[in-house]
Amino acid sequence: MLFALAVAALVLVPVVVTFSSYAEIDRDILGHLVEFALPELVVNTFWLALGVGIGVSVLGVSLAWLTAMCEFPGRRLFEWALLLPLALPAYVTAFVAIGLLDFTGPLQTWLRDGWGITGLPEIRSRGGVILVMSLALYPYVYLIAKNAFATQGAIALEAAQSLGLSRTQGFFRVALPMARPWIAAGLMLALMETLADFGTMAIFNYDTFTTAIYKAWYSLFSLPAAAQLASILILFVLVAVVFEQRSRARMRFGAVGRSAGSRHIRLSPALAGLAFVYAGTVLAVAFIIPVAQLALWTREVIDTDLDARYWAFAWHSVLLAGIGAALVVTVALLLAYAGRQRPGALMTWTQRVATLGYAFPGAVLAVGLFIPVAALDNWLIDTGREWFGFDGTEILKGTLVIMLLAYLVRFLAVGFGPIDSGLHRITRNIDEAARNLGATTAALLGRVHLPMLRASLLTAATLSFVDIMKEMPITLMTRPFGWDTLAVRVFEMTSEGEWERAALPALAIVVAGIIPIILLTWRGSNLHD
Amino acid sequence: MAELVLDSVSQAYGGRQVIADLSFTLPEGAIGCLLGPSGCGKTTALRCISGFEPIQTGEIRIGGEVVSRPGWMLAAEKRRVGMVFQDYALFPHLTVADNVGFGLRGDAKPARQARIAELLALVGLAGHADQFPHQLSGGQQQRVALARALAPRPRLILMDEPFSNLDVELRERLSLEVRDILRREAMTALIVTHDQHEAFALADWVGVMHEGRIQQWDTPYNLYHEPANRFVADFVGQGALVTGEVINDHQVEIELGVLNGHIPVECGAHGCEACVRNCHVDVLLRPDDIVHDDDSLMLAEVENKAFRGAEFLYTLKLPSGQRALSLVPSHHNHAIGEKIGIRLAADHVVAFRRE
Repeated sequence: MLFALAVAALVLVPVVVTFSSYAEIDRDILGHLVEFALPELVVNTFWLALGVGIGVSVLGVSLAWLTAMCEFPGRRLFEWALLLPLALPAYVTAFVAIGLLDFTGPLQTWLRDGWGITGLPEIRSRGGVILVMSLALYPYVYLIAKNAFATQGAIALEAAQSLGLSRTQGFFRVALPMARPWIAAGLMLALMETLADFGTMAIFNYDTFTTAIYKAWYSLFSLPAAAQLASILILFVLVAVVFEQRSRARMRFGAVGRSAGSRHIRLSPALAGLAFVYAGTVLAVAFIIPVAQLALWTREVIDTDLDARYWAFAWHSVLLAGIGAALVVTVALLLAYAGRQRPGALMTWTQRVATLGYAFPGAVLAVGLFIPVAALDNWLIDTGREWFGFDGTEILKGTLVIMLLAYLVRFLAVGFGPIDSGLHRITRNIDEAARNLGATTAALLGRVHLPMLRASLLTAATLSFVDIMKEMPITLMTRPFGWDTLAVRVFEMTSEGEWERAALPALAIVVAGIIPIILLTWRGSNLHD
Repeated sequence: MAELVLDSVSQAYGGRQVIADLSFTLPEGAIGCLLGPSGCGKTTALRCISGFEPIQTGEIRIGGEVVSRPGWMLAAEKRRVGMVFQDYALFPHLTVADNVGFGLRGDAKPARQARIAELLALVGLAGHADQFPHQLSGGQQQRVALARALAPRPRLILMDEPFSNLDVELRERLSLEVRDILRREAMTALIVTHDQHEAFALADWVGVMHEGRIQQWDTPYNLYHEPANRFVADFVGQGALVTGEVINDHQVEIELGVLNGHIPVECGAHGCEACVRNCHVDVLLRPDDIVHDDDSLMLAEVENKAFRGAEFLYTLKLPSGQRALSLVPSHHNHAIGEKIGIRLAADHVVAFRRE
């Protein structure tokens, strides 16, 4: 219980820290922020959230309906392939899009030179950001809505038809409203990712809170200002969290019946063709073309860039993701066990708070954890100097501590989910059965719990490993000197507009990102058996 | 294989008395059953015996050895008590053979293999050794759970609602199979169930439980024919209570006539007292105590009927308006509302004093 409370407290630290930053107001910077930056940030964030919200809902719901409920060529392939964009961090899609569609990019050049066509809309615009983010994040809505349709769509539709509604009416009046909690949950996840995104915004030069936090810290060197911006961002995020949790609660109660098998609607040849073209286009634009472009660029630079430095980036990425994943899995395992030993309302709430970190943008965590650790560091140094004649300027600051803590907070939910549900499968009766058969506590853990949890632990480790590898803002802002990773390399190359040279590290991240998707679909199909 | 004794066992959880003053003796090699509605404390009793719940008074003995007393209990893993769970609680990551062999850790490998083979043969699953639990049907999983519990040769087997997850037909077949298996292993077994057919089919001894207390610990025959109190009379079997008056020490008069037999003594809060003369009682009439007789002058109106294949179960309205049940061979098909002749055919009296 104490352990669980400590983890929950760690999650609350960034919130407390960012809000208490108002105690120390830097008038010049704050004044500048309020007058010039803040209105623009709020407007930008508003349009971004609105646009991406509409974008992911339309893409996610329509594709989910098609693959879950309709029969058209390639449906089974699309069903899982449409998840592939999850492997592409938004910042990768972003720089590929700019590299391809910019004024100097191949498409515009070709149109201009070959056909004399000019005046294409500028990709570096609000519309461009929204498009890229929608393509990168629609799988959140797609995945969760597809499950909703697959489990209750057919029944809903048949019930509607038996009551005299046409299929179209059935979709809009029954199936869609029924799936609303699921869609809302997916939508909120996508919006949280949008608010948290740093890389894409930096590449598009689209100012939002995350980029503003970065600038306040690294250009204006004002940590308080960064923290104050972070506190505003937290407010936005909390709204999304509340909506998401409410939708999840509604999902629990809204679930009805079970699918009586998968009966798909047969589309007319014309409609089926249209469905194929639509799904194919989304897949091509969101995944195939970006990956192909990455591969092409990589081929150009592989001879010069695949050097010792690249391997150092890769090694750092793997090492950090490995340590981070181990930490996440360990803490998640202890937290889940704590809940098993001491169930109750207090524990449930503690676990909920402890796993809330997934909603906090990395930029917020970086600031919110840097400030207290730095303060602790100063205290340690002062104490050390006073008592032991310690001579130095940093103890914790130069280490991986802040970064790992931030990873832990942000990705604990990723590890906790599979482990907790795995642990729920080990019922009290299983424990007692083993005891009745003479098993001691050690034997119970070693012969029953560990083997039964193995798959969950592996899933938790893989998911958090890949998420940490893709992570950009925390790594960028809190890494100790010399700890550049693949994601940092992508940031540096893209901020100089060197798309080709960003491609090699990006491709490595994408390849790693495909692993959990395979895992996800493999486990999903296993569950159906 | 050992005798099980519960001696005035009580258990409270969170200030609520779950079982109170529970006493019974299950002889070695016998099959006992705790029967009662849900929430009567029967599962808690099982968990006390298996060593997962402490007891507050009394003691539990297995084969003469005290395993639980207030403030102390022998650890579950040292009790050598096997348990079959309602949800079977099979280990999903182990094969059938490994599940059965789980408790045989200490044995040498050949001995273990032999025991596993022996038990799988016993429960009729010899060909399924290498399958995993989720590949088996419910009935097969149940038998694996039984084999697993039997494997380490426990002193006692406990089964918690062992057939409640199975469909009715399978339930009956399997309960007979389980009884044969337990007999062949000469195993002392205690089974918890809310289903009296199951209890009657399996058990030598049945304890009817209600509100944490054993109402009657007896053979199935006696439970049905000599229920100790109203709860047992109502819970076990079908029947109806009709008012009657005691005429003398061996006769009771009800509206259908006079019943001969021994008048049971009922013990209440005021101590035990035989009711002899002019005292009002409720008399239990089982459906087989009233027979249909076209020649009888005593008529009752058919109020409801349920077709059971070989017979009808008629709900009859007696002249006074009281209700009684009657089992009638099914070629006597009477319409609802019809008046039919009946005759009393009870050979003993079960009567409870009216409060």
